[in-house]
Amino acid sequence: MFKLLEIKDVSRNFAGFTALDKVSLAIAAGEFFTLLGPSGCGKTTLLRLIAGFDQPDGGDILLDGKSIIATPPERRPLHTIFQNYALFPHMTVADNVAFPLRMVGCNKAEIERRVSAALKDVSLPDKAGHYPDALSGGQKQRIAIARALVNRPRLLLLDEPLSALDAKLREQMQLELIKLQKEIGITFVYVTHDQGEALALSHRIAVMNHGAIAQVDEPSRLYGFPRSRFVADFIGHCNLLAGKVMQLQGDRVLVELAGLGAVQVMMPPDVTVEVGSACTLTLRPEKINISSSLSQDEVQAHFKGVVHDMLYLGDVTVYKVELVNGMLVEALLANSSPGRARFFEVGDQVEVAWLSDAGHLVMD
Amino acid sequence: MISKSWQQRLLTLPPLGYLLVLFAIPTLIMLFASFRYTGEYGGLAPWYAYKDGGLTLELTLENWQRLFETDIYLRLFVKSIGYAVFTTLLCILLGYPLALMIARSPRKHRDLLLLLVILPFWSNFLVRIYAWMILLSPNGAVTQLINSIRDVFGLAPVSLMYSASAVIICLVYVHLPFMVLPLYANLEKHSSALLDAAQDLGANRWRRFWNITWPLSLPGVYAGSILVFIPVLGMFAIPDLLGGTDGVMIANVIKQQFVESRDWPFGSVLSMVLTAAAVLVVLLGAKFGRQGGR
Repeated sequence: MFKLLEIKDVSRNFAGFTALDKVSLAIAAGEFFTLLGPSGCGKTTLLRLIAGFDQPDGGDILLDGKSIIATPPERRPLHTIFQNYALFPHMTVADNVAFPLRMVGCNKAEIERRVSAALKDVSLPDKAGHYPDALSGGQKQRIAIARALVNRPRLLLLDEPLSALDAKLREQMQLELIKLQKEIGITFVYVTHDQGEALALSHRIAVMNHGAIAQVDEPSRLYGFPRSRFVADFIGHCNLLAGKVMQLQGDRVLVELAGLGAVQVMMPPDVTVEVGSACTLTLRPEKINISSSLSQDEVQAHFKGVVHDMLYLGDVTVYKVELVNGMLVEALLANSSPGRARFFEVGDQVEVAWLSDAGHLVMD
Repeated sequence: MISKSWQQRLLTLPPLGYLLVLFAIPTLIMLFASFRYTGEYGGLAPWYAYKDGGLTLELTLENWQRLFETDIYLRLFVKSIGYAVFTTLLCILLGYPLALMIARSPRKHRDLLLLLVILPFWSNFLVRIYAWMILLSPNGAVTQLINSIRDVFGLAPVSLMYSASAVIICLVYVHLPFMVLPLYANLEKHSSALLDAAQDLGANRWRRFWNITWPLSLPGVYAGSILVFIPVLGMFAIPDLLGGTDGVMIANVIKQQFVESRDWPFGSVLSMVLTAAAVLVVLLGAKFGRQGGR
C-alpha cells in the first residue's frame, strides 16, 4: 500500500480539553477514507489539521512522505469541501470554479477549458453564468466539488458535505460521489457522524471516539467484527449482551450470559480471550430469529421471551423481546420473506434464537 | 393580503410626508427662488406685480447667467468636489483597516471598540472644531510636532492653521465614524468560511483580501462614501473656522449669499447646483456600487 497521507501521533489540546490524543493513520492513494464518530470525537479537528487551518500540538502529518506541518493551507496540494459549500456569492459559477486556477496563474484559454470540463464532470455545464444564490442545495454542492477538483489536488477533504441536503438528494449525491471518486481517482478523506453514509461510501472507515481512533477497517468488517462495545453500538443497531468467558473450545468460546446461561460464540480474530474475563456478546438484530415453536437445534442458542414492543417499518418489523432475565433484545424480521407466517403481537410468548456464528465477541 | 399592503402603505406615509414637507417642497421653493429678483433690502422680491392694470410675472434668468459670467463659482465647485473626494478617500484609507480590525476582533471587545469610534459624538461638533483650532495653532501640539520633525530634516517650519490641509484634517476627523460604521456593519457579516475556502483553494492573505473581502465589502464602502461625501460637500463650518482664504468651499459662498449679501436668488442658484452635483455623484456611485458588489 502506497501511503499518500500519513498521520503520526498527532495531538491537539484546547484549553483543558484533549481533542486529539496521539492519533495515527495511514491513507492510501486513491482511497475513499472516512473519519466517523459522534460530535466532539475530534474528526473535524483532525480534518482542519490536515487542511492546515490548525496546527497540532504534537506529532506530524506527512503527504507523499514529506511533512506538511509548516506549509500554509494555500500551498498544500489538497482542497476542502466545506459543510455549507462556501461558494463565493459575488462570483459566477464559472468564476468560482476558476478561482483555484487563477490563484496558480493559469492562462485564460487553459482556465476556460478546464472550467467547462469540471462543470461537465458534475453535470452542470449550463450553469456557468449563474450566481450561487440562484442554485439549489444539490447544485451548490456539485459546484463546490467542481471547484475543489478543477486543479486536481492530491487529496480532497470533505467535511460533512451532505448534511445540509434532504434524505433523497443525499442518497443521490452519495452515489454520485462514489462514481466521481472512482472516475477521477483522487483520494477522498470524508468526515461524517452518519454511520450509514460512512458504510455506503467508504473503502475504509476510522471510527473515532474521545479524540482517539477506536477502529480502522473496511465497512463490512467494521459492521461484522467490531473491536469494542463502542464500535458495535455506534455502527448500526446492535444488541450488547454482557457475559463472562467460561471455556475455550478451539475456534469456539463458551460464554456465560448473566441470567441466561451459557452460549457458544465464534472465537474473535486478532483478540486474546482469557477464561474468566468479562466480555460482551454483540448481536445484530437481523441475525436473531424469532419463532413461536421451540427448536432444539444444538448449534443454536435459544431463549424464551415475551414481545415487549414492535415497530412496523414497511420492509421490516423490529421486535423488542424481553428475555427471562429481564433483558431486552432487538430482533429484525424482513416482512418480505417467503415463509413469513404471521406477525407477533405485543405480549406473545416467543423464542429467540441465533446461530453460534451470528454473534461477535468483544472483550471489555 | 389586501389589508397587509394597506398597513404597509400606511406605515410609509409618515416618512414620505416628512420628506415631502421638509425636503421636496423646500427644494422646489429654492428652485423657484433661483428665478426671482432680489428684494430691495435683500431676500426675495415679489414674484408677480400689477402693472398697467394686468398681472405680470417678475421672474428672470439673470441669477443663472451670473453663475457662468466668471469661472470663480465653477472652480469653487470643482475644488469643493475635489475636497469631498479626497476626504472620502482618506476616510476609506483610514476607516477600512479600523472597521476590519473591529469586525475581526473577539465578539466581547467589539461593542467597546464601536463605542470608542462614536465617542467623539458625545461632545459638541463646534467644540471639537475649536479643539482642532488649538491643536493646529502655531503653538499647538500638532504644529509643534510636525515642525520639530521637519526641523530634523532641515525643512523650514510650516503653519497649519487657516489652510486647505487644516480643513482636510478636520473634515476627515469629523466624518471618519460615518465611514467606519457602515463598513463595520458590512464586514461583520462576512462569513469566515469564505476566507477559509479561498485560502484552501490557494489564495494568500493579499489575494483573500482583494478577491473576497474587498468586493464583498463594496456596498459598505459605497454607503460610507455617501455618508461622508454629501455632508463634506455641503460643509461650511470647518472651512469657516479653519480654512482662512485658502480653504474656502462652495458652501461658504452659499452661506455668504444668504446671510451676508442677502442675495437669496443667487444663493438658491448655487444651492441647486450643489444639490444636483450631490445627486449626480450618488447616482454614479450607486451604479458602480452595484456593479462592484457583484
